[in-house]
Amino acid sequence: MSTPVCMTPPANPVENFLRTDRMPHIWCPGCGIGTTVNCFSRALLDSKTDLTKLSIVSGIGCTGRVAGYVNLDSFHTTHGRAIPFATGLKLANPEMTVVVYSGDGDLFAIGGNHLIHAARRNVDLKVICVNNLTYAMTGGQTAPTTPLDVITATAPYGTYDPAFNLPFLVEAAGAVYVARWTTFHVRQLARSMAEMFKKKGFGFIEIISPCPTLYQRRNKMGDALDTMKFYKQFSKIKHGAPTAEVGLTKSGEIIVGKFVDRERPDFTSMMRAHLEHALGEKYIPVEGPVCS
Amino acid sequence: MHADPVGVLTGAHFLDGDHAACEGAIAAGARFSAGYPITPSTEIVERFSHRAPKIGGTFIQMEDELAASIAILGAVWGGVKAFTVTSGPGFSLMMEHIGYAAMTETPCVFIDVQRGGPSTGLPTLPAQADMMQVKWGSHGDYEIIALCPNSPQECFDLTIKAFNLAERYRVPVFVMMDEVVGHMTEKVVIPPAEQIEVEPRRWTSKDKSAFQLFAPCGEEQTPEMTRAGEGYNVHVTGLTHDERGYPNMTPAVQDRMIRRLVSKIRDNADKICMVEQDEIAGADVVVISYGITSRVAQRAVENARAEGLKVGTLRLITAWPFPEHIIRAMAPNVKGLVVPELNLGQMVREVERCAAGKCKVIAVGHAGGTVHDPAQILKAIQEAAK
Amino acid sequence: MARGSVQIVVERCKACGFCVEFCPSKVLALSSAFNSKGYHPPHSIAPEKCTGCDLCGMYCPDFAIHGYRTDKPAEGEKEQDDAC
Repeated sequence: MSTPVCMTPPANPVENFLRTDRMPHIWCPGCGIGTTVNCFSRALLDSKTDLTKLSIVSGIGCTGRVAGYVNLDSFHTTHGRAIPFATGLKLANPEMTVVVYSGDGDLFAIGGNHLIHAARRNVDLKVICVNNLTYAMTGGQTAPTTPLDVITATAPYGTYDPAFNLPFLVEAAGAVYVARWTTFHVRQLARSMAEMFKKKGFGFIEIISPCPTLYQRRNKMGDALDTMKFYKQFSKIKHGAPTAEVGLTKSGEIIVGKFVDRERPDFTSMMRAHLEHALGEKYIPVEGPVCS
Repeated sequence: MHADPVGVLTGAHFLDGDHAACEGAIAAGARFSAGYPITPSTEIVERFSHRAPKIGGTFIQMEDELAASIAILGAVWGGVKAFTVTSGPGFSLMMEHIGYAAMTETPCVFIDVQRGGPSTGLPTLPAQADMMQVKWGSHGDYEIIALCPNSPQECFDLTIKAFNLAERYRVPVFVMMDEVVGHMTEKVVIPPAEQIEVEPRRWTSKDKSAFQLFAPCGEEQTPEMTRAGEGYNVHVTGLTHDERGYPNMTPAVQDRMIRRLVSKIRDNADKICMVEQDEIAGADVVVISYGITSRVAQRAVENARAEGLKVGTLRLITAWPFPEHIIRAMAPNVKGLVVPELNLGQMVREVERCAAGKCKVIAVGHAGGTVHDPAQILKAIQEAAK
Repeated sequence: MARGSVQIVVERCKACGFCVEFCPSKVLALSSAFNSKGYHPPHSIAPEKCTGCDLCGMYCPDFAIHGYRTDKPAEGEKEQDDAC
């Protein structure tokens, strides 16, 4: 047994990433968003990303509030439009790593159009989507990710319209990296994020998270801890699973893992190569922000 | 500061307003545009897509106006000067992001080449019916600056002015063209770069501990600016925020911040307002107009003067902030003010408000689709002179 | 001898129970104490079993706890002798 070394307890690795003057945050007890932020901070440390060159862009919703709590260049934009804002930011300043951190409603309902186009173009954005299967901030209304037969604030008798299968949609739109984890899978999630940060192109990670105050409570699914135990019990890791088969149901299996990891030139590379070819010496590529 | 010679097409050109506006943007230093096509504005970004790759700029065709209007804001925070263009229906879609730009004090330029409305309206024909929308279109209290060119030359000059004002006041600025000015072709003289005044971005030189992204500074009481990637760890949000940019949703902060956003422009209105006045002294009637209508009104004014009427003209180069002080001073000294516009009464409401009943105010409305018949304006002048 | 230890920011805790449940060595339990918001924060009931794996830190949605190794220096720190 080794003698304990004399040292001061190291700080929580997440502390450097937080605007500690804004703590405590507004998320409910047991909400998984904070957990994802822990994984995010670990991933940034592990991937040795240059934090000065990292921007985080979010939309509106509970997950959108992440931008306000992280101590990075952070942009809390309008509902559904984090991705086009991020696209403009990235194109103006190509050396930035741009992370979009937002929720299922923001990215796939109001923001759905922008998501599919950015994926189509393969814009070099790292999209982290916390999916709590509802519109949480506004009180738990039906979202395009809410599974069938779920009670919501606007579906008091249960939902009857089918939900999107996010990995399937994003793969079809053209993303080069697609993974799904739950807030139970903290280590794998941090690893996935680190992997995604190092890969050029449109990357997407879906994180299934509890919304104990609204989603779970209305559907008598217990509290956040019950939900985390549910994730533990009912998740199955299937790397490379066909995304068409990973749709979610109210109480069924949750397929997690890395589903897509492929190569496609990203938007900026394609643009540059093409314009170089068309214009030769006359082409002046954008290396960094140019502003008088 | 002078324009960057890269991209300045010095010389005399024969251009339409749309093309001239594009050149104005480039001369002003714009190196990013995100666009969505809409008649009659599309040529502006088509030209930019052509020019951008040769001047170190980027054009991206976005999927809708919602995307275009916020992509430019992202580009501004990435560190470049950016603009987008649109017309009526697209302008309506952009309103949320116009509010976001005002709230986050993001310097940027929107060009609205106005066409007949409402709704799909007359895509290829003129109107001036977005004049109230440009001021009030987004929700909440905020102030913007809007300029009205009346020629392709002014489309070039005022677009540069728009970028300069945007940087000086960290505010979205609007170039309110109309389909006629956009599509008329005239001589446009582009001066050498060293003769073009360009306002630099208000880059801060303060260090991280001292700098506050939303703390008012200087004569204009406008905050300094930075960009992502400089190590400032800025936070920009549309929520009501304090001087650090941190959300602080309390009535006290709302009062302080929103009043500052509004006073930033209102208190500087004297410096911002630009008008062109002619023969005001001793006039019985003054014709107040802007954009293409100001050129049509000129014919009516000439005819009225030929009849012996004492008529002055006031052309609004800035429609917003509205030159209240000029109208308030003018109204007690004239018999009437005539306000022709290609709408059914928009800027005339501001004239009425400021005239405060001290003289007649006669609106010469027009539903749009073509320009006024000068005879209509002449009739109003004669009426006002009685 | 414990290989690790935890540090708890009592005021941030919302007693969600994740750290208690998912600690692989069952080091933690919710205490009977209250923080100022009325939540029962966790405390170490078996500190000698802590391995410093920091799973608690990764799970905590409120950044209220983290674990660290005590049997070896953190990256960048030098080992010191008992006399320090």
